[in-house]
This record gives sequence, C-alpha cells and structure tokens, in this order.
Amino acid sequence: MSVQHYQASQFKRQASESLADQQLRQNFRGAMDYLQKKRKDAFSDEDELAQLRLHAENIRQRCLSKLPQLLEQLEQNCQANGIQVHWAEDTRQAQQLIADLIQQAGGKKVVKGKSMVTEEIELNHHLESLGIECVESDMGEYIVQLAEETPSHIIMPAIHKNKQQVADLFLEHIKDFNYTLSVDKLIQTGREALRNKFKQADVGISGVNFAVAETGTLCLVENEGNGRMTTTVPPLHIAVTGIEKVVEHLSDVPPLFSILTRSATGQHITTYFNMISGPRRSPERDGPQQVHLVLLDNGRSQAYADDVLRKTLQCIRCGACMNHCPVYTRVGGHAYGTTYPGPIGKIISPHLQGLEQTSDLVTASSLCGACEEVCPVNIPIPSLLQRLRHDAKMPAESGISSLKGQASAASFSEHNAWRFWAWLSTHPKIYHLATRMVLTLARYIPLPMGAWTRCRSKPELASQSFHQQMKQRANKGASL
Amino acid sequence: MNQVGLRMYPSKPSKVYFYATCLLDVLDPNGGLAAIELLEREGIEVIWVEKQSCCGQPAYTSGYQDQAKTVALSQMALFPNNYPVVVMSGSCAGMMFKHYADLFAASEHAEKAQAFSQRVFEFSEFLARVCRANLTDTGEASSVVLHTSCSGRREMGIHTSSEALLAQLDNVELKQAAYDTECCGFGGSFALRHAEISQAMVEDKASHLKLSGADYLVSADWGCLANINGHLAYRGEASMFKGQHLASFLLKRTKPASEAKA
Ligand code: SF4
Repeated sequence: MSVQHYQASQFKRQASESLADQQLRQNFRGAMDYLQKKRKDAFSDEDELAQLRLHAENIRQRCLSKLPQLLEQLEQNCQANGIQVHWAEDTRQAQQLIADLIQQAGGKKVVKGKSMVTEEIELNHHLESLGIECVESDMGEYIVQLAEETPSHIIMPAIHKNKQQVADLFLEHIKDFNYTLSVDKLIQTGREALRNKFKQADVGISGVNFAVAETGTLCLVENEGNGRMTTTVPPLHIAVTGIEKVVEHLSDVPPLFSILTRSATGQHITTYFNMISGPRRSPERDGPQQVHLVLLDNGRSQAYADDVLRKTLQCIRCGACMNHCPVYTRVGGHAYGTTYPGPIGKIISPHLQGLEQTSDLVTASSLCGACEEVCPVNIPIPSLLQRLRHDAKMPAESGISSLKGQASAASFSEHNAWRFWAWLSTHPKIYHLATRMVLTLARYIPLPMGAWTRCRSKPELASQSFHQQMKQRANKGASL
Repeated sequence: MNQVGLRMYPSKPSKVYFYATCLLDVLDPNGGLAAIELLEREGIEVIWVEKQSCCGQPAYTSGYQDQAKTVALSQMALFPNNYPVVVMSGSCAGMMFKHYADLFAASEHAEKAQAFSQRVFEFSEFLARVCRANLTDTGEASSVVLHTSCSGRREMGIHTSSEALLAQLDNVELKQAAYDTECCGFGGSFALRHAEISQAMVEDKASHLKLSGADYLVSADWGCLANINGHLAYRGEASMFKGQHLASFLLKRTKPASEAKA
C-alpha cells in the first residue's frame, strides 16, 4: 500500500494547495475552534494554570538534565521487570530491529496503538514490504490508513476529515457497511472491524507517553481502549518511543499526565491510562508473553547537545501548539510534510531531518507566540524558531556544534543586504537621506515585493517623514 | 511604583525619550505627533533624539543576530539618561523590552541591555500605567475596534492598557472582533516569504474586524496596521474603514469640543 507522500522541502507548494481547499480549511478551522474552547474550559483559573505549567516545565527540565543516567536506570529497571530494552540510533535501525523481533516470533499480523514515533520511522510501510500485515487500531489512525494517508495531527490523526468523508471511506472499505452519518454509528462500525483484528493479531505495537526510570514502567495515555487491547491481547508487545520520554519518578507522572490531557483535549483525565510493567507472570492468565521497549534517538541527541535547543525535548506531545497556531489552522497538518506538524514540528523536524529539508518550515511563522502561550511545558517556540532561522543561514558560532544542515540556506546576497541595513541603521545622517528605508530594504533584499502587493495596495508613504516634521517643529520652536 | 500584571510601573516622570519606530516614521508621522501632544498634556517633556532609526527587529526575526546586535547597541547608546523610552509600537517595544536582554545575555553588554529594557514602555502602556492619564471624551457617539499586535499582547500585555484608555471615552463603544487574539499575518518577512499563508491570515483578520460593526479601527502598532490597511485598500474598503494609530484616535476624541473634528 502506498501512502500519499508529502515532503518538508515542498512545504510552500503543499501549503498553497491546502489553502485552496476550502473544505479542508473549514474542517481544520472548526476542529481547532472546538479544541481551543475545550482547553480553555479545562483551565478556568489562570494562576493555577501558570503554576501547573511551571511545575511541568521543571519536571521535564530536571529529567532532561539527567537524561543519560535516567535512560540507564530505565533500562535496568525494565529488564528487572522482564521488559527487554533495545536502542535504535536512526529510522533504519529501528525498522530493522522491530522487524527482527516480529520475525523471530513468527509474527504475521500486527495491531498498532497510536504512536507518532512509529510514524516517524514509517514502520507500517517497512513491515508491509516484508509481508507483515499492520493494522492501526486507533480510530483516527485507522481512518487515515484506509485513506492511504498519514496523520494530520499528533493527537487526532484524522482531524482533516469530516463525517461525510469518513462515511464515504467506510463505504468503500468495510463490507456490509450501512451508510450513515451518525458519528456514534460510524465509530461503532470501525470498532467492530477492529475487534476482529485484535483477535487475530500476534503482535501489538504501541507508543509510550512516559517511561518511568525508577520503576521501569511504561505509561500509555488513550481514550479508546485500543491501547489496552494492543498491549495485552497479542502474545508479543513492542513499545517504541523517543529517548526524551523518560521521567525520573513515578510521582512525576500525575502532574504531567493531568496537564497533558487538559492541554490536548480539555479532558481532566483520559478514559484509559495504562501502566505496563512487564510481561505475563505466572500464575497470570493473560497479558503478553514478551514485552520489548525500543528507544529511538533519530536526531534527538543533536537537540539535546545544545543548551537552548534542548528545550525542544521538553515536549509532551499534547498538540496544543498546533491547535492554537494560525498557520496550522489554515494549512492543516499534511502541508508540513513532516511526522510532527505545526509549531512543535517546526522545532523538532530540523533535528530529525536536517535544516536543508526544513528551512522553509522555520520561516513559516509570524512568531505570533500563540504556541508558546499554551505550551504546557513552556517551550519558547518562537525563540527556538529564531535560533533555527539563524542556524539555517549561518555557520555555527565557535564552541557550538553544527546542526545537520547548518547554513544550508545561507544566502550571500541576503546576508549582504542585512549588513547594509545594519550599516544604514547605525549611520543616522545617511539613514535620514534614505528615510524611506522600508522600501530601500525591499529593494536590496531578494524578496519579491510582489508578494506584498498580491493582496495589499502599496503602502501610502507620508509626504514628510516623522523625522522631517520633528526637525521643522524644533526649528519653529527655536525661532519663537 | 505600582504593579499591573507582571510589571512594576514607576510614578510619572518629568521627561521621557520618544521612540518613533521606522514604520511610523514613513507611514504615519501624524500618529507620532498626536502621541507627543498627549504626553505633553500630561506635563511631560518629550525628548526627541533625531539619530534614532530602527530597533533591530527585522534582522533579529530573520535570524541575523549579529546585525541586530549592531543596531541594538547603537540605539541603546542614543538614550543615555535614566528617562523612560516611550515606543510607538508594541512589537518594537517588545523587541527592546524582551529581546535586547536575550540578545546580549551572557555578554559584556548584558547589564546595560537589562537596565535599558526596564526603561522601555509601549505608548499606551505608558499613558495608562505610568501617567495614569484621565481622558475626557468630547466626541460624538461612535464605536471602535482595537487590534493589538501579537508581540504587544504577549510580550508586553498592552491590549489591557489600550483597552483601558479606550474605556475612558464615554461616548465610544469598544466592539469586540471575533478571533481578536489571532495574528493578522504580518510577521515581518513572513508576509513576503510565505505570502499565501499571510494572505489567508490578513483576509480573515480584516473580515473579522469589519464584522465587529465598529465605526473605527485602531491599533498601537504600525506593522499590523500597514498589513491590515494595505489589504483593506486592496479590497477597496479602506476609505470607509481604515486603521489609525491609537494615539491619533485618542487625541481627536479628547480635543476640547471647539477644536474637535473627528
Ligand atoms: S510543544 Fe508544547 S504545546 Fe506543542 S505539543 Fe509539545 S508540549 Fe504540547
């Protein structure tokens, strides 16, 4: 099965196509309005929210500051619990590792719980190429899989589709489907189709929301119960996660969990919260016989190595930043061409894919700060974007290691234009001669001014600048 | 000193520096003159330093930190005395208040930048929170809708001070636009690099502002105004409904009745 492919390097074209799709824009605007309201209602007290965010930020920063040590501790405690731990440096290693685990167990049918990391490593695609069936069990993921698409949102993968589109899809793919537009009935239909898959599966693959170092416990947050089924019904369970998801203590989980669900969907708690602490033990009669944890780096250690960019890894993947982003709301998730879209996607994708591929993403923001304002762990997304804009154009400063794709978007003429601008701005006499600086700037920077006038009239310049008028005022004052 | 939100405000000074900003300089000198008149009415001497140019934000947001630093240093040097610096735009004020300190963090200029940023006030913030101006409305009944820039709102909290000033005008109804906290799509070079996305944003913004039903549109930021007015003019709607600087509006509304013509 081929999945519709978008690329980060094609962001502008993809965004342009999304903008022209009125249905898509309506679907996103409606969904984002709904999610914004849900979040707002869940945090009625501003001061309390500020405290919760600070607390969550502190937990994440503490855990990251001890990351190497916590990962070791996690490995030891997982192993003591009977969870086998594996490390993958990149996508390819992770794919291979997981495929090997499945093949060694003679697995043929996989059910997957929702996991963005497995999207990141394009696991379905890889397993299918090896003849292993891989079915998404989260309703949203299932819908995008039927449509041969990728998720357009990290929490709600099929948010770009409305109920008509889902009903049409079911009609095409699910036998004996009685066409309906009732959301309840649609969900019921999907659940029945999936129920059979659970019974047949010999492998369950899931993500992880928090991996607790001190106890070797994997926590999984979900609403549909498919996560519970995926991790308990098949004999083999493989959990896949990024190395940054580790927390130190069990007591770190409740505050993060609570702010995660409220920020994401406005829920005070999700319907299911799974704590996985090992395979079936005798005399237990259910649960998987084997549990494996795959820890993936895939560029995260690059962000980790830099004091400022490390903040990117504080993320708990709540999706609030995209729900509140005016750009995401208008172009939707697919246009980004990355696994993680929206503001978090713009700051993490450069580490996963390199700046060469993602330099258009880091500029695709008005730096309005709506994301930072809602991020439950206070990631300063706009300043990180500015830092990445710098890194896309300039070599690393001494003492700081280069990022993948550092300076790949360097432009000699643009750099010169800014040098000229800085010179002009610090030479007031000449600056005054060129008072109409904005236009001067536009002339020297290789940016098409036509981009401005495509939907705006040319700016009306004052006949005399403020500087000139103040000069006259001063002269008048002197002569009085 | 009095605290509003996160910031402590000093009592009203006798002198201030005036920072016009590069956009107001070429697009709306009258807005600047109006602000000076309002400040002088508060009994404050307004000092105009002619050598000022631009706060450095365009280079900063484009990723050219070195050029931004050069310009920022030159601007700070122009305002040596310990007077407040009143800035005519929320985003430039945000740059000088928040990002100068970031730019020079852990450098030899850190302390200077920190001290300077504490002296920076956006115009409406200064008029409402420091001067605690009392405005008397002399105009006819009308309504207004306010657009606050994102950096002004999120870095400086100035939507509250702009609203507080407008609320003092007895004959003016402050209308609320839908999605009023959403960005207008300007974002400096963003509007040029990602023109189509910016267009989608300004189209929505202009529509929401118009749909508020207000007679007038005001903002304390010429970045957003250039964007929104430009789009309104493109649509052919600017003659009816065109944004003006908050200072111009406040001055017109508070002229003695004999002079008023707003
Ligand atoms: S960056 Fe913040 S708001 Fe965005 S997904 Fe991560 S935690 Fe949530």
